[in-house]
Amino acid sequence: MSDRIHSTAAELAEALAAGSVTSVDLTQAHLDRIAAVDGDVHAYLHVDAEGALEQAVASDERRAAGTPLHALDGVPIAVKDVLATAGLPTTCGSKILEGWIPPYDATVVARLKAAGLPILGKTNMDEFAMGSSTEHSAYGPTRNPWDLDRIPGGSGGGSAAAVAAHMAPLALGTDTGGSIRQPGAVTGTVGVKPTYGGVSRYGLVALANSLDQVGPVTRTVLDSALLHELIGGHDPRDSTSIDQPLPGLVAAARQGAAGDLAGVRVGVITELAGDGWQPGVMARFEESLELLVKAGAEVVEVSCPHFVHALAAYYLILPAEASSNLAKFDAMRYGLRVMPQGIDSPSAEEVMRATREAGFGDEVKRRIVLGTYALSSGYYDAYYGQAQKVRTLIGRDFAAAFEQVDVLVSPTAPTTAFKLGEKLDDPIAMYLNDLATIPANLAGVPGVSVPSGLADEDALPAGFQVLAPALADERVYRVGAALETALTEKWGGPLLAQAPSLESTQNGALA
Amino acid sequence: MSDTLVAFDEVLTRYEPALGLEVHVELNTNTKMFCGCPTAFGAEPNTQVCPTCLGLPGAMPVVNQVGVESAIRIGLALNCSIAEWCRFARKNYFYPDMPKNFQTSQYDEPIAFDGWMDVEITGDDGPETFRVEIERAHMEEDTGKSTHIGSSGRIHGADYSLVDYNRAGIPLIEIVTKPITGAGEKAPLVARAYVQQLRELIVALGVSEARMDQGNLRADVNLSLAASGSGVLGTRTETKNVNSFRSVERAVRFEMQRHAGVLDAGGSILQETRHWHEDTGITTSGREKSDAEDYRYFPEPDLVPVAASREWVEELRGTLPENPTARRARLQADWGFTEPEMRDTVNAGALDLVEQTIGAGVSASAAKKWWLGELARSAKESDVELSDLPVTPALVAEVQGLVDAGTLNDKLARQVFEGLLAGEGTPAEIVEARGLAMVSDDGALSAAVDEAIAANPEVAEKIRDGKVQAAGALIGSVMKAMRGQADAARVRELILEKLT
Repeated sequence: MSDRIHSTAAELAEALAAGSVTSVDLTQAHLDRIAAVDGDVHAYLHVDAEGALEQAVASDERRAAGTPLHALDGVPIAVKDVLATAGLPTTCGSKILEGWIPPYDATVVARLKAAGLPILGKTNMDEFAMGSSTEHSAYGPTRNPWDLDRIPGGSGGGSAAAVAAHMAPLALGTDTGGSIRQPGAVTGTVGVKPTYGGVSRYGLVALANSLDQVGPVTRTVLDSALLHELIGGHDPRDSTSIDQPLPGLVAAARQGAAGDLAGVRVGVITELAGDGWQPGVMARFEESLELLVKAGAEVVEVSCPHFVHALAAYYLILPAEASSNLAKFDAMRYGLRVMPQGIDSPSAEEVMRATREAGFGDEVKRRIVLGTYALSSGYYDAYYGQAQKVRTLIGRDFAAAFEQVDVLVSPTAPTTAFKLGEKLDDPIAMYLNDLATIPANLAGVPGVSVPSGLADEDALPAGFQVLAPALADERVYRVGAALETALTEKWGGPLLAQAPSLESTQNGALA
Repeated sequence: MSDTLVAFDEVLTRYEPALGLEVHVELNTNTKMFCGCPTAFGAEPNTQVCPTCLGLPGAMPVVNQVGVESAIRIGLALNCSIAEWCRFARKNYFYPDMPKNFQTSQYDEPIAFDGWMDVEITGDDGPETFRVEIERAHMEEDTGKSTHIGSSGRIHGADYSLVDYNRAGIPLIEIVTKPITGAGEKAPLVARAYVQQLRELIVALGVSEARMDQGNLRADVNLSLAASGSGVLGTRTETKNVNSFRSVERAVRFEMQRHAGVLDAGGSILQETRHWHEDTGITTSGREKSDAEDYRYFPEPDLVPVAASREWVEELRGTLPENPTARRARLQADWGFTEPEMRDTVNAGALDLVEQTIGAGVSASAAKKWWLGELARSAKESDVELSDLPVTPALVAEVQGLVDAGTLNDKLARQVFEGLLAGEGTPAEIVEARGLAMVSDDGALSAAVDEAIAANPEVAEKIRDGKVQAAGALIGSVMKAMRGQADAARVRELILEKLT
């Protein structure tokens, strides 16, 4: 293995098991890296050095006693700030939750703790996960480690940037319309959105409950599989979680890495290409397809005719659910409380209004207004009701496509990372970035984004998306890992090796 | 703001009332509807709460299966169809005592729908049955409880308000009738009888404490008037939280009279929420809620649909208790009670107690005598339910057993009940301690009779002359001498033996 911060999580787990490194060493190395580069990148909203080191000490004691809790025991991780962490701030990138410390852990966080992974801190995100650039964070944007003038994707730009900049080997993200996969694509990292219901949402501060999923953010497909198996599976606290065992994801990733895709039918989605798709992104996509064919896959084109309506349906369903979810932020029980100006003895309602006015950013307010409108009496059928019908049709498109093929593929995002500020005044242009990722959320199917190389125009990373039927998450791991292996071989190493180092100091190699 | 009221009888000469009743039943599940928090009444504020019922960011609901079961059983008992598949919905509005600022409820997919209940009323023409159609029964959660601190006790003008979230998330079933038309002058009685019999049904099902005074059962009364014979429904008002049977009847009467006053004057009824004032017996406009709310209902995405299998529904149907109305008819026939006797028994809350007392071997008339007499009086005096008295059907049977054995007469038995209510021990102990047993020694009785004859020679003479009914005066004299502790029948026998 290379060194403490450039190794994969699987390699770190092996080194810990072999005793060639301690969790304290690993955790400290990542804290040092954060101290060195996060001033520029701003991937973290909160770093918990003390807590992480405490957990690392405990992990080392377990290793010494021969009683590790899990293969990843002692491997540090970063957590998106939308997941409740007992004792650690959880702001969702919003001023309205500034200073709130949850009294409980999200189920996925509890599972990380139960497996002994030190939690490095909480990562930056678009406010309440609304955005594709992390520029909508109330605490300032995260920057793309490939080019600090560019966005790291969103909403989970913090988790993707932390992993891409080697400030964490693993991170948790959440994906409502692409918030794991699109940041993965533009930062050259791997991100997986599991099947809806595959990972507990308990403790995930909901953006749109029917679309949200927690998933892994990593540098390799195998690492995602390891983390996915750890956080996934049934949770009685989440009624929508699926009560059946996860498929073998790590096994599927290992099988794919062996490079044989004989008999696998791959469908290229006709609708996810054309005008507006960056040529360099399409070129990397075509190359990747060739590699899949070389590995034995059969590639065909498949039409999903209703995908063209996905974005419109998404921007009705999401704001509708979000407008209701965000009603709880009313200054009555927790979080920000703003007293209205010029009112002597304000009523509860006036305090709510003043707090929500001051505490929510523009994008959040925009979506609350949209959602409130879409649910209003007299408009419900035309907007929310109609959007749900489109959603059904998109599900049928997937079902029909998966009759013909085992997986569907597309570029993850139409472009590489754009410049900070470039699309801030044009919400529709921003929304279009999620064109390819949204259908999976509407249908609840799993998807992975794997780095496909650098676009010729700008030398920035592009992503390759693999989608599979619900509950067949193992397929995205198998195909994703096969592509990753072929590309890594072609590049002579991981894509991230080509990224700027961001600092002059080098971390010492492991013994 | 004084309302012009039209005399009740006059209202009916021009208008036809339509009623609608919405009753909220707080279930007696051990835990809340969507989390594992306990539901016990009277705990310290905000001690029975968790991330879910406090609406903390990220927390999620899980449906209480017992709550669903209770809802289905209520639905079945109201002759409803049970949905094969239904969802919860969010009812969105802002209020400080609602943790999420939406209430998890049901909207267009209630768990139970299209039922009926036959309501018995007694009007001037004797008993009569009126069928009330049930629109729906649906599941929802209660809100927290606000207490407004300040001179007014209401939200306006309060210095500050306190919120207790212990109640937030307690399961509620809302039962809604279809418009009830054709009741005419009996509308107030039908409304009262419906709520009363619905409560009986809920109690028989054992799904709620159903105490109106504790808010376990809360009624909202909808009322509208239409011109007689017009065949349409008028604009309705909804009078909230009418929390006793008598108030339900009064609220309907009041609103009928008030509506008629407005309509007679050429005005129109404002569709609004109204508050009921128990003390003055009037309703007033609930202005703060008069503007039409848009609750923006949509299916709750955090909960999966409730799909009650037909097998389960049939299994639950098998657990339904006998219909209270049918049961009452059966018991009345078995016991030989008259209609008023039966009504008194029911109204006193003594039906179960009398039934159990009879089951313990006491005659129907004796059981009724004790529960509706001595014991009902005592319950009323101490303002408790009959069933909360320290006297059980078994104890009543024990006392009656002493009467039947001749140890006590009714008058002495009353003293035993006094002792029981005062917690003086078992009936036998009380008889012993208070020295209540009757004198059964014929020698002592005979001596007392002789004394009475000697003291009342004229009366004795009349009896000797064949005027047997005069014995009463002597019996009274003997009983007095014996301080009541004698068997009056035996005393009579002795008198007659000696004088005839």
